[in-house]
Amino acid sequence: MIRTPLRPLARILDARRKGENPDAIERENIRLRIEEQRDRTRRRAEGRLLVLAGLFLAGFTVIGGQMAVLAQSEPAEPRSEASSARILAQRADITDRKGRVLATNFDTFSLYAQPPQMIDPEGAAIKLAAIFPDLDAERLRRDFTGTRKFLWLRRTLSPEQKQAVHDIGEPGLLFGPREMRLYPNGRLAAHVLGGAGFGNEGVSAAEVVGVAGIEKALDARLRDPARAHEPLRLSLDLSVQAALEKVLAGGMSIMNARGAAGILMEARTGEIVAIASLPDFDPNTRPAPPVEGRPDDSPLFNRAVQGVYELGSTAKTFTIAQALDRGQVTPDTIINTQSPMTWGKFRIRDYRNYGRELSVAQVLVKSSNVGTARIAIETGAEQQRAFLGALGLLDPVPLEITEAGGSQPLLPSNWSELSTMTISYGHGLAISPLHLAAAYATVVGGGRKVTPTLLHDPARAPGPRVISEATSATMRALLRQVVADGTASLAEVPGYAVGGKTGTADKPAPGGGYHKDKVIATFAGMFPADDPKYVIVVTLDEPVETSGDEPRRTAGWTAVPVAAEIIRRTAPLLGLRPAIEQAGAAAIRRVSN
Amino acid sequence: MRSLVHIVTALAVIGLAFWAYRENYRTQEALARADALQSDIATARQRLRMLGAEWAYLNRPERLLDLVELNFDRLGLMPLQPHQFGRIDQVTYPVAAQNLTITNPVDVMNDGEHP
Repeated sequence: MIRTPLRPLARILDARRKGENPDAIERENIRLRIEEQRDRTRRRAEGRLLVLAGLFLAGFTVIGGQMAVLAQSEPAEPRSEASSARILAQRADITDRKGRVLATNFDTFSLYAQPPQMIDPEGAAIKLAAIFPDLDAERLRRDFTGTRKFLWLRRTLSPEQKQAVHDIGEPGLLFGPREMRLYPNGRLAAHVLGGAGFGNEGVSAAEVVGVAGIEKALDARLRDPARAHEPLRLSLDLSVQAALEKVLAGGMSIMNARGAAGILMEARTGEIVAIASLPDFDPNTRPAPPVEGRPDDSPLFNRAVQGVYELGSTAKTFTIAQALDRGQVTPDTIINTQSPMTWGKFRIRDYRNYGRELSVAQVLVKSSNVGTARIAIETGAEQQRAFLGALGLLDPVPLEITEAGGSQPLLPSNWSELSTMTISYGHGLAISPLHLAAAYATVVGGGRKVTPTLLHDPARAPGPRVISEATSATMRALLRQVVADGTASLAEVPGYAVGGKTGTADKPAPGGGYHKDKVIATFAGMFPADDPKYVIVVTLDEPVETSGDEPRRTAGWTAVPVAAEIIRRTAPLLGLRPAIEQAGAAAIRRVSN
Repeated sequence: MRSLVHIVTALAVIGLAFWAYRENYRTQEALARADALQSDIATARQRLRMLGAEWAYLNRPERLLDLVELNFDRLGLMPLQPHQFGRIDQVTYPVAAQNLTITNPVDVMNDGEHP
């Protein structure tokens, strides 16, 4: 910039000529210069203020805009990673021990209606009734045209039904996604699985809750979101279960029985490989609980667990096992078996008279009530009670299904000497077939307490010792003898060395006393007898075998053949090789020429 | 010198801002992709469950038994029986081609043991 001099020569000379003071010119110029400088500074300050105002305005606009956005938008968590796998199934699958599916989930839809949105309520009602025969058109019409704002129509739909409803084209009919429980095997293991239903229902989802069986007992485990992806593995074997149910159903119809129960259990671990109760039901369409009639006529009744009956002579095994374990008798000890035996006013009889005396082994093989009662009296009531308690026969069986709570054994109110004698041969103490299976597993499987379970666990700790290993081995030999030449001779399956004991008990009549011609026939056994792998219990309710001249009801003729057939069918499936007698030295031959 | 520092700093700030901007969008894109993949996995799992259920339904023992009975003339399948178990020495070996002619087994056994 061009600086104006303070004392420009031309103006000084001019002023001097006119006689003015040239300093006035200098002061004037200084004033002008100062004014100019002041104006410049002000402009700059104003400009800076403007810029600052602009910045503040921009800042406040940004903050205000952000606040408006925050106020208007949906809140979202800031996230630093993608969500992990979503919870897919709300309920874990149930599989058998080899991973085959017993229960799984299925996606389907529920149907609901919102009448205010309907265009043609009358038409929709008629068309819906045509698709679902169980819906009433007149009632639907009243619901649709009335004041209702919302109503459920169906809980689940098949894809075809959904399409048919969709084709009605009514905007007031809406679908809600649902997850439903599916039992692909139908009736198989119905009593174990129980069934599932809907809990809290909403439009977009519904809870699936177990209503019975293992579905209810382990509901918390199955619904645990952290473990929903890992299936619950049962100890059941699908193919063995199918074979057991088929044979049992066949046996039940041949023996004209009212019901039947079968249990196949691993002798050492207590894992149940197959358990069935007939008649059964389809857990996909679980029937309503009975409101009249006898509860055990309902297919929902689980005879294997809830069916608490006096199981007859099968209990003699426990009496003799205890006496042997205490060292009270040996298998060769001679017992007085004079029948009838009189005890006060009470008489104990045998099925037929076995003579004056028998060895302990013969008492079991021939199933002498008198002999067993004499052994039990010598053992004593307290000891008997303690022993049966140690076997788990006095408490409900701790199986992982809700029905297990109904297996409370019926005990005599006063455990007198008479009770001791009757209980020794299986009367006066009512237990379930599952109790029996567990107690047999304990007695023959080495003497350690076996607790029945439905869960597959290869590393299960053995229970406390109840009887010694030696007594267990003796009992195995005795039970084998019962089958080889005793009351259970029909249980012989070549190659499998079955051992076991029959039991035939009169059914208690509703008004007290016992029925004359209605029995519970039971076979409890194990195979192979030298090293039992499996324990089997078969119970038939009111069986009659009518192939002979007169109807036969004893277990030896009814339950035992059914059990033998079950062993014949299932043992190969379980991978048990029959023990074949050595073929001799045929393979080695001397050759010379 | 001071202006050079200012320019370099300004450029660095611009560069870092650009980098942060790009990283932000790349992260968001990766998250969206992971979400899409998760939902794909969910769909696939759902389908798998459906197929598993169908497989179990088609393989239920009841149905297989009916099929076996229907096709008995072609398959001839019977329930597994105990006598079907065998020993390994009951299985005949496939006869291998023999190039050693055995006339006297005793000679063959002693072959190679000459003193």
